[in-house]
Formats: sequence, C-alpha cells, structure tokens
Amino acid sequence: MGVKITQDGVECTALLEGDIDHHTAKLIREAIDDYITKKRPSTLYLDFGRVRFMDSSGIGLIMGRYKNIKLLGGELWVVGASDSTKRIIKLSGLGALGVMKEER
Amino acid sequence: MKSINEMKLEFASRSSNEGFARSSIAAFVSQLDPTISELADIKTAVSEAVTNCIVHGYSKTLGVISVTAQIFENRVIIRVRDRGCGIPNVDQAMEPLFTTGGEERSGLGFAVMQSFMDSVKVSSRPDKGTTVILEKNIIPRMSKVGCPS
Repeated sequence: MGVKITQDGVECTALLEGDIDHHTAKLIREAIDDYITKKRPSTLYLDFGRVRFMDSSGIGLIMGRYKNIKLLGGELWVVGASDSTKRIIKLSGLGALGVMKEER
Repeated sequence: MKSINEMKLEFASRSSNEGFARSSIAAFVSQLDPTISELADIKTAVSEAVTNCIVHGYSKTLGVISVTAQIFENRVIIRVRDRGCGIPNVDQAMEPLFTTGGEERSGLGFAVMQSFMDSVKVSSRPDKGTTVILEKNIIPRMSKVGCPS
C-alpha cells in the first residue's frame, strides 16, 4: 500500500500500489506533492498498474495532482489503469482532460 | 421476504476502517458467488458510503458507523448508517460534483453508488444521522443450478 516515486531525467513516475481510498489517498497525495514541489519534474506519470482497488478518492487524487503539476509548469499522465479504475475515471469526466495513456 | 443470511458490523469512524468495512462486506456477499465485477461494484459503493460517514457525518467528532448486510437468493441489501450531523439537503448532496468536503473530494460518491448499484436510497435528519441503503441484484450463475446450498 502506498506510492513509490522514481525519477528519470525530467520525468517522474509515481507507482501507486494497493488500495486507493480516502484513507490512503491522503498519504499518497502528501508524498507526491512533497516530491514535485522539490524536484519540479516536467512530466509526472501516475502509474495505476499495481492498484487493486480505487474509489472516487482516486479521482480527487488525480485532479489535485493535475492542478498542482500544471501550476509548476509540468504535465500529468495517467497510465496502467485497470478496467474498474477506468470505469470510475469515465464516470468522473476526467477523460476530457486528455490525461489517459495506455502505456508510457 | 426473509433473508437467507444477515450480518452487522459496528466500528469507529476512523479512515483506517474504510478498507476493513468494504472487505468485510465483500467476504460476506461472496456467499452468493458474485462475479469479480459485481463484487468490485459492491466494494466501491460501500467504500463511498462509509467515507461519507467519516468525512461528512462525523467531520468534527469520532462516532460509530454501523453496516448491515442482508442477502437474498439473488439480491443483496446493505445499510450504512451514522448518527452524525445529517444532510440538510439530500437532493443537492446527491448531485454529481456537489461536495462540501473540500478540494480533494471529487463530489462523486453518490454518483458512483448509483452507477454501481441497482438502487440507492438516502434518509437523513439533521443532528440525528444518515442511512444509505444500497441494493444490488446478483445474477445467479449457471454453475449454481442444481446445487442448492
């Protein structure tokens, strides 16, 4: 459960793991915001490949990070989302931001 | 109609219990042999309802959340209840994207419940609490035919 953040040049990847709910989203959010504020990556990948469960807290997590990375002049991509994660993203209308990518 | 089986959970309104609540309900509902997708829908809806109790019902206090589940031949009814502050305007609260939970809340909790369950009913009274009733039909699978339990 949690997040592992790795950097490759100006791109960084936040590998999300386990369950994303209101409880875990707070910890994940703080870790990512702390990292991007310090390192200022030009691209942030949110990798959902190891997420087993996500509720609408995951939408808040994506929206908030999207806003923050934009403020820092970077861009955000969502990768590796499972079908059930995609269902919630679709319901939220987040797809309209054009942040979904099948692969990096 | 009489249920085949029923259960009740009570737990403190701490966010660390969100996972406990949805996993417990999923384990109980598994008796009906739901598909992975049906089970994921139920877990997500329960997670949303329980999160609402914690974020809204008991935003300023620690309280008790109760979750009951009743299973019928091909249906599950789940009640998620708090004795918190209540919702002043239920119709408004159920509108997609409406939230009083601050920037990191998407306002999609009820929209997710409605999308993933067959019926969502909310009753609430200010200062008395809120009950959300979630219902879902579980389609019987062919494998269960002729195997009464």
